[in-house]
Amino acid sequence: MTPTLNEYLFISGLLFAIGLGGVIIRRNIIVIFMCLEMMLAAASLTLVAFSRFNTVDGLPDYDGQVVVFFIITVAAAEVAVGLAIIVSLYRARQTINTDELTSLKG
Amino acid sequence: MMPSPLFYLLAALMFTGGLMVVFMRNPVSSALSMVLSFIGLAGLFVGLNAYFIGILQILIYAGAIMVLFIFIIMLLDLKKEDEHPRRGAAMAAGIIIPVVLLIQLAGVLATEQDSPKVPELMLQEQAAEYDKETIIHKRLADNRLPDVHLTGRKIFTEFNFPLQIIAVLLLVATVGCVALSKKQTKTVVKKLPAQRIPTIASAPDLTSKKND
Amino acid sequence: METLPWFLLLLPLASAVIIQLALKYSATASSMLSTLSVVVTFIISCFLIGSTAEGYQPWISIGGLDLGIGYKLDQLATGMMIVVTGIGMLVHLFSLGYMKDDKAKARYFAGLSLFMFSMTGIVLASNFIMMFIFWELVGLSSYLLIGHWYQKNSAADAAKKAFLTNRIGDFGMMIGILMLWGVMGTVVFADMNVGHFSGLCTCLTGAIILLIFCGAVGKSAQLPLHVWLPDAMEGPTPVSALIHAATMVAAGVYMMARVFLSLGITPENMEIIGNAPDVIAWVGGITSLVAALMATQQDDIKKILAYSTLSQLGYMVMAVGLIAPEAGMFHLYTHAWFKGLLFLGSGAVIFSCHHEQNIWKMGGLFKKMPITSITFLIGTAALTAVPFTSGFYSKEGILHAAEHAHNQPLFWLAVCVAALTTFYMFRLFFVAFLGQARDHGAEKAKEVPLIMWLPLAALAVMAFVSPWLSQSILPIAQSWDLNLHVMPPMNTAFFASIGAFTVGIAAAFVLYFGKDKDPVNIPLFRNKFYCDEFYARLIKYFQDALAAIIHFFDEFLIAGMIVGGLSRSATGIGNMFRRYAQSGNLNSYSFLMAAGVLLVIYFTVFY
Repeated sequence: MTPTLNEYLFISGLLFAIGLGGVIIRRNIIVIFMCLEMMLAAASLTLVAFSRFNTVDGLPDYDGQVVVFFIITVAAAEVAVGLAIIVSLYRARQTINTDELTSLKG
Repeated sequence: MMPSPLFYLLAALMFTGGLMVVFMRNPVSSALSMVLSFIGLAGLFVGLNAYFIGILQILIYAGAIMVLFIFIIMLLDLKKEDEHPRRGAAMAAGIIIPVVLLIQLAGVLATEQDSPKVPELMLQEQAAEYDKETIIHKRLADNRLPDVHLTGRKIFTEFNFPLQIIAVLLLVATVGCVALSKKQTKTVVKKLPAQRIPTIASAPDLTSKKND
Repeated sequence: METLPWFLLLLPLASAVIIQLALKYSATASSMLSTLSVVVTFIISCFLIGSTAEGYQPWISIGGLDLGIGYKLDQLATGMMIVVTGIGMLVHLFSLGYMKDDKAKARYFAGLSLFMFSMTGIVLASNFIMMFIFWELVGLSSYLLIGHWYQKNSAADAAKKAFLTNRIGDFGMMIGILMLWGVMGTVVFADMNVGHFSGLCTCLTGAIILLIFCGAVGKSAQLPLHVWLPDAMEGPTPVSALIHAATMVAAGVYMMARVFLSLGITPENMEIIGNAPDVIAWVGGITSLVAALMATQQDDIKKILAYSTLSQLGYMVMAVGLIAPEAGMFHLYTHAWFKGLLFLGSGAVIFSCHHEQNIWKMGGLFKKMPITSITFLIGTAALTAVPFTSGFYSKEGILHAAEHAHNQPLFWLAVCVAALTTFYMFRLFFVAFLGQARDHGAEKAKEVPLIMWLPLAALAVMAFVSPWLSQSILPIAQSWDLNLHVMPPMNTAFFASIGAFTVGIAAAFVLYFGKDKDPVNIPLFRNKFYCDEFYARLIKYFQDALAAIIHFFDEFLIAGMIVGGLSRSATGIGNMFRRYAQSGNLNSYSFLMAAGVLLVIYFTVFY
């Protein structure tokens, strides 16, 4: 008895939904950033699941895994830049609470 | 391929970690919960025979990115930042939206009556496809999956060009971090407590380390 | 031979363009260039007399409609070209003297060249659309030249009035052209045939002809659109001679002749266009009578001549309406020379009297300006149809046409107008040229310089010989024969004409000879039948009411409710979004985005 593709997809959707909920609920911009990372990881899970469930010549389809590899790399770069931005933001505004960062208000 | 109970265990681990990220008030707790969640995720990867990706997940996320997050949290001294009472409306929206999303996802998945089962890997049959001298051939003949080798083969043949692009992207990210962390205009610097500036400047070093 | 007509068309344009672009500040050079171009075009049109040719340059092709810039030379066009370029040349020469000290000489000559270009375009046009374009250009150049002294309010107003009044007529003409195109399927004159009209209701064909005639009503200043022409006398006098006496106002008659000739409408098949000819004839007849009556009570020398022009144009239109376009064209042709002469003569008088235009402030000019006076007298004789002058033969032709058409009311109306013409012209002559000088200007008047009296002399010669030259120029179509005899047959028309002249001159002599102020005062005629006042009222009440209604629609319904309402509601909704949705809060943005994504998923997957 092994899990089916649907179960993997649902689990990844669950992780994505949790991340989305976190983005909406949390007001600490660093935590929001973490939630974004979770959503990204959820997408990775989907890709890996598809890679395993669509075998090519009896081996997993490594195209999907390579894409995940790239996603992880890009996520790392993104985190680095994002955190640098957050630090600059904190320097400028002395806060990272989104309730107080409302300069886009129309 | 792992059995279902193990899958559910890992999924529950990941799920719990995710919920804790969202609902822990202390950002440091959130960050540590995220490590937990990603360990569960890495377990799922391994269960999908993607050992390399699983290891990467642990190494990069738990090892590098989380360290960076925690570092910044410590740096900014954010312990008390999130102590405002939560707003009910935000809470409700943050629950309703994911729930609706999940319902929609379930609706889509429900249209597939018999979800595909995991296909068996045919390792020994594929061994002939590769040169006898290669490790891939030997492993496959041994009925073991040479995951890292196959991924590497893919990356350096078919995805060589994107790989170079990614390298440039990392370089750009590094330069960007340096530029962002440099001393800003005088007016901004004046507002800052003096002791913070050197510590912030060290942030990009960390980012370049985890790219390895 | 093929390219000569293009030169005819393009030389004045080149002159106008060069003056406008390069010679704006070089008055002498521009006047010379303009005069040179018109002399060359006159020589070219002399070469082209009697030739027939066609040229064509494609321009626009839309579906079945091929529009081109082309020329169509036939005797109608070449004859008209002689008139246009000949009088144009003399007017240019006269202007060299008359406008010598004008500050905007270059602009004046650029306007004249532009006018020559547009008029040539009308005459040469091979299709109706091209003619219409040049028709409008003529209106434009007329506007520019009437308003030459635009610093004067009256001149600026007169220019506007001329333009707007013409606009009314041109709109009708445009509809007429489009209807003609709808019926004929072509706008090229050469392809038109009255045969296309067969089987159509005469109300439709008549309407087409009358709508086209609307253009002529505007341009040739027929009732009820005649009001602009007297006011147009605000322009420089040479312009009045060229445009508002000899050529442009005759374009309406030319155009109608061109249409009748192209369609091949003859007295035999005139039933096919219904009552249109009768309407045209009566419009012309009534115009000539009313204008003659108005002329009897005017004091401004140019106004008298303007009304006389109206009256003579009425004659021509009447002839066209009697399906005798050859008589109309013949009168156009002779009239152009002697009316040009009269206007230039009046210009000379005005020039000598220091821009005094009131005939009651002149007097005794005969002794001081003999050449001008004699040529003016010759012009007057021609206009009043003294035997052996050009006007005599052409007026005879029109009377003959009326008689031939068995239209007794119009015949006697024309005779009556002839008597009135003699009366007011000799009134003018007696008052202005004979008797005693009644003002300083007239006392100090002296003969005009050579450059100005030379054109007068040339035109005076033409006032005698033009009918005989016309033999080679004008027998416009084979079907139109002009029988010209030195001594016309002794018939009703001849005796009526002589009788009218006698009555007119006798009345003028009795009433006006040796008088110092006007013994007759008929306010109705003096005030031009209150036409201007009537139009002013009409426009004031009718148009103001209409404007008020439209303003209501525009301001409240369209601007207020539709446009304004839409923009206000958009602004309101936008403000609402701005206030409530654009909070600047990251969380609410992400919420909205996620909700949007969910909606998209819902609509694409589940809906």
